Amino acid sequence: MAPIIEVRNLHKQYGGTIAVDDVSLSVEAGEIFGILGPNGAGKTTTVECIEGLRAADGGSIRVLGLDPRRERAELTQRLGVQLQESQLPDRMRVGEALELFSTFYRRPAGWRALLETLGLADKAKTGYAKLSGGQKQRLSIALAMVGDPEVLVLDELTTGLDPQARRDTWGLIEQVRARGVTILLVTHFMEEAERLCDRLALIDKGRVVAVDTPAGLATRAQAGQRIRFRPDGPLDDALLAGLLAGLPDVTSVVRQGDQVVVTGNDNALSAVTSALARHRIVARQLRVEQASLEDAFVSLTNRTDKDSQ
Amino acid sequence: MIALRRLTAVEFRLFLREKVGPIFGLGFPLVLLIIFGNIPFFNQPGDTYGGLTVLDVYVPILIAFVITMLAINFLPATLAGYREKGILRRLGTTPAGPVRVLAAQLLVNVAVIAVAVAVLLLVGRFGFDVTLPRQFGAFLLTAVLTTTAMIAIGLFIAAAAPTGRIANAAGATLFYVLMTFAGLWIPIQAMPAVLQHISRATPLGAAVTAFQAAGEGRWPSAVQLVTLVAYAVAAGAAAARMFRWE
Repeated sequence: MAPIIEVRNLHKQYGGTIAVDDVSLSVEAGEIFGILGPNGAGKTTTVECIEGLRAADGGSIRVLGLDPRRERAELTQRLGVQLQESQLPDRMRVGEALELFSTFYRRPAGWRALLETLGLADKAKTGYAKLSGGQKQRLSIALAMVGDPEVLVLDELTTGLDPQARRDTWGLIEQVRARGVTILLVTHFMEEAERLCDRLALIDKGRVVAVDTPAGLATRAQAGQRIRFRPDGPLDDALLAGLLAGLPDVTSVVRQGDQVVVTGNDNALSAVTSALARHRIVARQLRVEQASLEDAFVSLTNRTDKDSQ
Repeated sequence: MIALRRLTAVEFRLFLREKVGPIFGLGFPLVLLIIFGNIPFFNQPGDTYGGLTVLDVYVPILIAFVITMLAINFLPATLAGYREKGILRRLGTTPAGPVRVLAAQLLVNVAVIAVAVAVLLLVGRFGFDVTLPRQFGAFLLTAVLTTTAMIAIGLFIAAAAPTGRIANAAGATLFYVLMTFAGLWIPIQAMPAVLQHISRATPLGAAVTAFQAAGEGRWPSAVQLVTLVAYAVAAGAAAARMFRWE
């Protein structure tokens, strides 16, 4: 089956600045495909080209087999879009907005049912300016879905939402996917990508660094294991370093306050515990952390994660 | 078509809900007309205006007022605000497209201008005995050209202003400058000769002069009509060149 979205060698620059250098990706029917990357990596420009809002300078894009620029009228009927930072007139009411948008489409979804699904039924007569951040976001999703689209593009879906609203929104997206809608999701939240996406493209500096499942990406980071513990008694740094750093399966030993953090490969845990046992050191609050998507992000983009918080 | 109809209906409701447009675009000039109409001095024919009453002279000025208030105060602030909030961009991702929002805004403005002008004429006629324009065809033509020129200037402001706030400030400033030359404070006929010449070169000075001619039963001179067309074309072309949807 042909991919729902196919991007080949997309290139886009503004003046002399390259926003997207070379991006290729393909999104299969029914999946939630994530575009993850630091701020300024070219995520939004990529989806804006996919939506047909911008003309690419190079490469080709097909969405549902359509050219987003030349076959715009057809594409807008079948593609639902939620834009980053897009608002409505302050005094436009929720129900009014949905009813209005539903008249744009050939076969709209029932907008009253959408209000129910998105938990906005009691806000139908409320003006846009009086909605909370979470309600505005839900309305934005409802408007993206009112044309009953086959593909949904969501850009920075949960930015600015509180944790509860963010989790509610995630649940909603999973419901939408369950209806068979293919979803392209732009995010810089690891947790969101990990929770929602079937596959991810990690984009950095306008290029695709890796495409994989969230777990697959984490494995690629090859950070192995991270072991944390608190020794039961005072320990000399030099002794500890000599004891553990010499082990073949250990790559680093770091002291963090009264905790010791050891990283190494998959065998590191047994090596560390037996070395400690030989020296009669009891490891309290022993924890083992697997490499996360965040580790993959940091190691694959060579950046600190300060942008992604 | 249905999308444009619904958009226009919604834009019209937003216009009413916003209150600024109805109050300043229609309410304020109507109140001025009623106040002026109740001042005895305004109802006495005088030599300054060739036998016309002051009120006769002010009705065309108030007509220019409503057209200008809506076209260069309300319209650009709304459009620039829509662009700033990403509303035009958002519509660009739907089958409706951003052009229809612009069209809906223009329809609402033209409709409100038409109603406001009719109300001023009728209240003047039946409330204060101001005769309706004797050369009605010339009056209609002048009204259409004035509205076109003012909307073109309004679109130019919307195109050039980076934010709704700046569009608002620019529109309000230009409004008072243009209305001064239209004779809001001193009617053109009462201005010194030099100011009269300058006034007639401005769009509203030309408009009011043409409205007054039509009111008296004459066809306005071609100079005034051509002046209005020139402003419409120049501002319209600049707006089309500069307009950004985002």
